[in-house]
Amino acid sequence: MKKSVEFIIEKLVLLSGIASIVFVILIFVFLLKEGLSLFGETNLFSFLFGKNWYPISDPPQFGILPLILGSLLVTLGAIVIAVPLGIAAAVYVAEVAPVWLRDILKSGIELLAAIPSIVLGFIGIVTLAPFLKNVFHLPSGLTALAGSIMLAFMALPTIVSIIEDAIVSVPKNYREGSLALGATRWQTIYRVILPAASSGILAAIMLGIGRVIGETMAVLMITGNAAVLPTSILQPVRTLTATIAAEMGEAVSGSGHYYSLFAIGIILFIFSFIINLLADFFLHRKRA
Amino acid sequence: MSTKLQILKLDVWFETIHAVKNLDLEIKSNEILGIIGPSNSGKTSLLRTLNRLTELYPNSRTTGEILMDGENIFRQIDVQALRKRVGIVFALPLPLPLSIFDNIAYGPRLHGIKDKTKLAEIVEKSLKAAAIWDEVKDRLQTNAFKLSGGQQQRLCIARTLAVEPEVILYDEPCSGLDPISTLKVEEAMQELKKNYTQILVTNNVKQSARVSDRTAFFLMGELIELGETKQIFTVPRDKRTEDYITGRFG
Amino acid sequence: MRDTQRTERIAFAVLLIATIIVIIPVGLIVLLVLWRGLPALTPEFLLAMPRDGMRAGGIFPAIVGTFYLTLGTAAFAIPFGILAAIYLNEYAGQNWLTRVIEIAIINLAGVPSIVYGLFGLGLFVTFLGFGASILAGSLTLSIMTLPVIITATREALSTVPRSFREVSFSLGASRWQTVRHVVLPNAIPGILTGTILGLSRAAGETAPILFTVAAFYLPRLPQSVYDQAMALPYHIYVLSTQVPNVSVKIQYGTVLALVLMVFLLNITASVIRAKFRKRKTW
Repeated sequence: MKKSVEFIIEKLVLLSGIASIVFVILIFVFLLKEGLSLFGETNLFSFLFGKNWYPISDPPQFGILPLILGSLLVTLGAIVIAVPLGIAAAVYVAEVAPVWLRDILKSGIELLAAIPSIVLGFIGIVTLAPFLKNVFHLPSGLTALAGSIMLAFMALPTIVSIIEDAIVSVPKNYREGSLALGATRWQTIYRVILPAASSGILAAIMLGIGRVIGETMAVLMITGNAAVLPTSILQPVRTLTATIAAEMGEAVSGSGHYYSLFAIGIILFIFSFIINLLADFFLHRKRA
Repeated sequence: MSTKLQILKLDVWFETIHAVKNLDLEIKSNEILGIIGPSNSGKTSLLRTLNRLTELYPNSRTTGEILMDGENIFRQIDVQALRKRVGIVFALPLPLPLSIFDNIAYGPRLHGIKDKTKLAEIVEKSLKAAAIWDEVKDRLQTNAFKLSGGQQQRLCIARTLAVEPEVILYDEPCSGLDPISTLKVEEAMQELKKNYTQILVTNNVKQSARVSDRTAFFLMGELIELGETKQIFTVPRDKRTEDYITGRFG
Repeated sequence: MRDTQRTERIAFAVLLIATIIVIIPVGLIVLLVLWRGLPALTPEFLLAMPRDGMRAGGIFPAIVGTFYLTLGTAAFAIPFGILAAIYLNEYAGQNWLTRVIEIAIINLAGVPSIVYGLFGLGLFVTFLGFGASILAGSLTLSIMTLPVIITATREALSTVPRSFREVSFSLGASRWQTVRHVVLPNAIPGILTGTILGLSRAAGETAPILFTVAAFYLPRLPQSVYDQAMALPYHIYVLSTQVPNVSVKIQYGTVLALVLMVFLLNITASVIRAKFRKRKTW
């Protein structure tokens, strides 16, 4: 009796563990199943590098270069904003802030992480977009820049908490050794602690990029949604994720349009796979 | 006296460390065998092999045989049944985060005893045998972490007794205790001699001299010398044994 | 010496400013949503059906829909997640299979939410024929939440001291007995906290439910798991981008309703964490 319970449970937990692998494979298989059908209508090269995204014209054109560049532009902007802020905030929280303030700041960052992206998107529409419109005298504030700023905020909780972990896990004797040699706290931070935490910082940046590239609703709402080749950060753009979200509802099941959106999904999946493997690599290197 | 445990050509490895080397050793029923030696001499590894706790470490490897009452503990006895028959008391007092009562009842419950009065009987008997009943009988429902270190360690002995083992292993059981608590634990061990075979691994040479019937001296994974405690401490045959017990190294 | 101290003061001031730039908007957002949303949050608004193409009335079906979806997500993700974590932390050896599972979990955690939406559409809605339904939406959300629950549970399990397990094994306990009686009871607070946080994220997600369950306008309550449902996050999207001339009051009211729901879950998690931390004896 006891033995058979033991046996059943052992198999059950094993199956649940393996389920994660199965789900990853299933996701990839179902993206491929629908997405690869596109390549009867167009080839990989004109899909990736075509300059025109006209999925419902006749004949349709499925060039996602504008979307890729849109995603890259918004992501680059977000990372440029979020990484310095994230490193600074993490250092402040982990090394400088007094204990009472540290708890408040950490709760604040947790709070930010808890706000759903749809809410941030809405807030972006009603506050950030009008603000940018006035500052830069634009016809509309819904631009790549608005997307970058919003996404920077969404990536910050991830970036800050991972860098903070990395800083906290720097061995105490590094810190004490440096201070004992007469270095100031600031010298210790940028000469000793930040280099020692560099792997964690890289991992944080990777995961931040992953978070930003994959974010959908907020960018859909505030980047203006123009599927054209971007030339400026003050222009409306359209990202890969936003395209899927905006168009799948209207795409006819089994059409080239439908398949092309799944094909975009494949690109996103592969991209996030690589980003996460890289981040994991950096995190593990830190431990070694 | 009959043989309780027979160890034949035992080798134990942890990864690349050869912790116990080609050991032959016989342990008699109802004796207290003291095992002494400097750290890394393989004492603890041997102890943990006797109830197969080494198997919890994925990189450990064991060859050779250990017979308990003639049965091979690796092949003929189920591992859980073995651990019930061979109990262990760890170096540090390790109560579970439960009440005193539940700590003692944990083992019996595992082995299917559900009856409340039966459990209460076992708890009382075990606590008495470990010489701690009088100190805790009025507060069996308090958390075991509230006890002092010495009380916790006797609680752990009682917990081991509660599953009615045949052999009790002690892994430096008094290393964290003050002299009075140590004395109480040692007294408890003497009381237990009637019913149990006991193996005491200790860093404290004098403790082995006080408590054990026979003493074995280990060095670097090898059994150097085994004999009546009196003989080991008065006329050791091996120079290394003499050096160790007189405090010249270790 | 004086120079280095001045440099330090300046550096710390810059760090503080950066931190303020990160934190202040969070406070402002919360205040804004509360200030504009609270007046809208009447019982009528929360408990009535939407009317006039969502330009009037309440958001009751969206609240109920999100509630059902969260419940459905919990039903699938919690058992799977906890069992998987138990496998990884208590049963698995250090071998290639464990490593592959870990990599799979890391990648599940990183897959963009819209890709989960596509996957749910492909597998649950179309291939398995569930249609756009609460069932399909819950399943999609639960796979998305799985890595969060697994990671949190694993962390909670690994905080239980190794010695507790050894004691249990040494008394003749089997692996499952040890997990069941020693490990789980001491890991439960951590598991609960992590699980609730995962669910709160699922409750606020929009992209995975876009094509798997969300109904644009459905002024009645779902009758079965095969029904479509409205959901708060999608409703916010609809109100702020798809329907012209929706009053700001209704928009903020809906936003606040979702924020409150999510925060409530988060606060519950924090309370559990704080309460058990105090009670912990080891």
